[in-house]
Amino acid sequence: MEDFNSETDSDYTSYWRDWFISSRGNEYFCEIDEDYLTDRFNLTGLNTEVEYYQYALDLVTDVFDLDCDDDMRERIEKSARQLYGLVHARYIVTTRGLAKMVDKFKKGEFGKCPRVMCDQHPLLPMGQSDIPNVSSVKLYCAKCEDLYNPKSTRHAAVDGAYFGTSFHNILFQVFPQLVPLKSTRRYEPKSFGFRVHAYAALQRWQDDKRDEMRIRLRRAGVDSGFEEDDDEDFDEPDEVDMDAENLDNPLNDPRVNRTTV
Amino acid sequence: MSSSSQIAETWISSFCSILGHEYFAEVSEDFIEDDFNLTGLQSQVPMYKEALEMILDVEPEDDDDDLTDEEDISVSDDMLDNGDRGAAKPDDPYRRSSASRRHQHMRLASDLSVIEASAELLYGLIHQRYITSRPGIQQMAEKYELQHFGVCPRVHCAAAKVLPVGTSDTPGVDTVKLFCPSCLDIYTPPNSRFQSVDGAYFGTTFGCLFFMTYPEVEVGKMLRVPPVLPAAANTIAGNGGAADPANLSSGNWLASQEPTQINGIAASNLAPGLGPGKTYSPRIYGFRVSERSRAGPRMTWLRSRPTDLSELDEVAVYIRDDSEEEGSEIEEDEGGLTEPGRGKSRGGSGGRGVLEYDGYWNSGMGRDGWGS
Repeated sequence: MEDFNSETDSDYTSYWRDWFISSRGNEYFCEIDEDYLTDRFNLTGLNTEVEYYQYALDLVTDVFDLDCDDDMRERIEKSARQLYGLVHARYIVTTRGLAKMVDKFKKGEFGKCPRVMCDQHPLLPMGQSDIPNVSSVKLYCAKCEDLYNPKSTRHAAVDGAYFGTSFHNILFQVFPQLVPLKSTRRYEPKSFGFRVHAYAALQRWQDDKRDEMRIRLRRAGVDSGFEEDDDEDFDEPDEVDMDAENLDNPLNDPRVNRTTV
Repeated sequence: MSSSSQIAETWISSFCSILGHEYFAEVSEDFIEDDFNLTGLQSQVPMYKEALEMILDVEPEDDDDDLTDEEDISVSDDMLDNGDRGAAKPDDPYRRSSASRRHQHMRLASDLSVIEASAELLYGLIHQRYITSRPGIQQMAEKYELQHFGVCPRVHCAAAKVLPVGTSDTPGVDTVKLFCPSCLDIYTPPNSRFQSVDGAYFGTTFGCLFFMTYPEVEVGKMLRVPPVLPAAANTIAGNGGAADPANLSSGNWLASQEPTQINGIAASNLAPGLGPGKTYSPRIYGFRVSERSRAGPRMTWLRSRPTDLSELDEVAVYIRDDSEEEGSEIEEDEGGLTEPGRGKSRGGSGGRGVLEYDGYWNSGMGRDGWGS
């Protein structure tokens, strides 16, 4: 760390960033382009968020040449990490940033979903807040659409705001082909082969919510994107299956009539 | 004769202390020595007799000792003879002969590794049965309390404690998984060393049976953030369980507003990690992503839970629907084909009918409220 000043004039311009993304615990970060960092527009408002903003920026862009004591350096170092994180949250929703994150996503660098029914689907990092120091980074599984804590405790120290609340959703808007097929498969808690009533009743209720949603989407002409879409597992009410043409007109659907009695 | 008197480490305790075997309980020797508990295992485990001896730390017996002894064991495995239990006792002086020692060496050379594998399989299968027995489940309860099995990785479960379960009771099908009672889902253990532990050694029954055995275990201890509650939610979930003293005395805020029990378990213990406020809804710059978007949310059902738990009381819902149906005849003509069948299936399966009627039920609630 200490000898990077001597390197600032060399061609190896991304020294600090290289060190940062390769250090332990920062595996989820991608490298921000020099161009992006030096464009002041991209840093709008960050000067009020980050202490020693100018020094921190110099450090991140490897032009830091302030002579200061270790204490000061430590504080600037900390600010630089925070600055990098906040810029990172903005960078990863840009085209180039998304592409870099998609690469990491495809390689599974953010880990695999721990949920058994998700079959090791790769995860994406996200934050529950865009404000720093609220909560640590979480992992989003696109298959079950839920959030998980990173396995390793070293990631618990990474701020969720460095990835933001929007990034992973934007990613799937931009690359809809990456949206996995959803599955209706689920774990049924059983005892001696029998389902437990309380759990089973809840799961029946949930399954009903799912079927309602699928009917809603079918009516809206949207592909619901389930693996089991070709009606084996889809417990749609019989009457809807039988008069498919009725679906076009919601008023013809017996379910609708029933609710409006 | 049980292991408690022995000072040297037994095979069982050394097996349980192996890295990756942290989830296992130590099966008591009494349990293993009861042949009833081993019913049917002989046909599943190769070198069954040797494996059993290894688990119980019995010196392998000498083949030329006499043949009757050998017969004793096989007979005992078939549970025909109760008098032969002593055959497996570790302190049987008869078996500690020098002849048997000599024989042991021969055996060691040939197939120790096979026996070791068999012993692991046998122990696992016994373990599957043991943890559903009273002493076994108690032992697992202690391990659960000490968080030996870890916590749920799901963010909204707020580190609820999990239990090891299998997805199959047949060995060799799948590895051990972790069951979270807070979201009713199963997860892969975080550490890869558990990838070598067979799920059948824990079985499919244990997870549920545990929470049925200990209904007072608080599943969502960390989840004490009151969600938005519906204004009117009287308790119709009768079941006579309204006066659960444990629930009331613990100052459970839920107790006053929701049915204290639903479908036979405490309402606060029914998937407390699910429902409003504990699900993730995707947002971009603060705006929710529409369901109709190609990348929109499709899995909210998986983590949902009714705000008003009495919706899950299928019998009450059925009775209510039924009485409302009598009052209105408008639907009769609609699905002439399916209406009668639907009524039957509701009675029969108890589930589908409620599902079909949910939309109707909600609208009924909005219109009339509960009592009418």
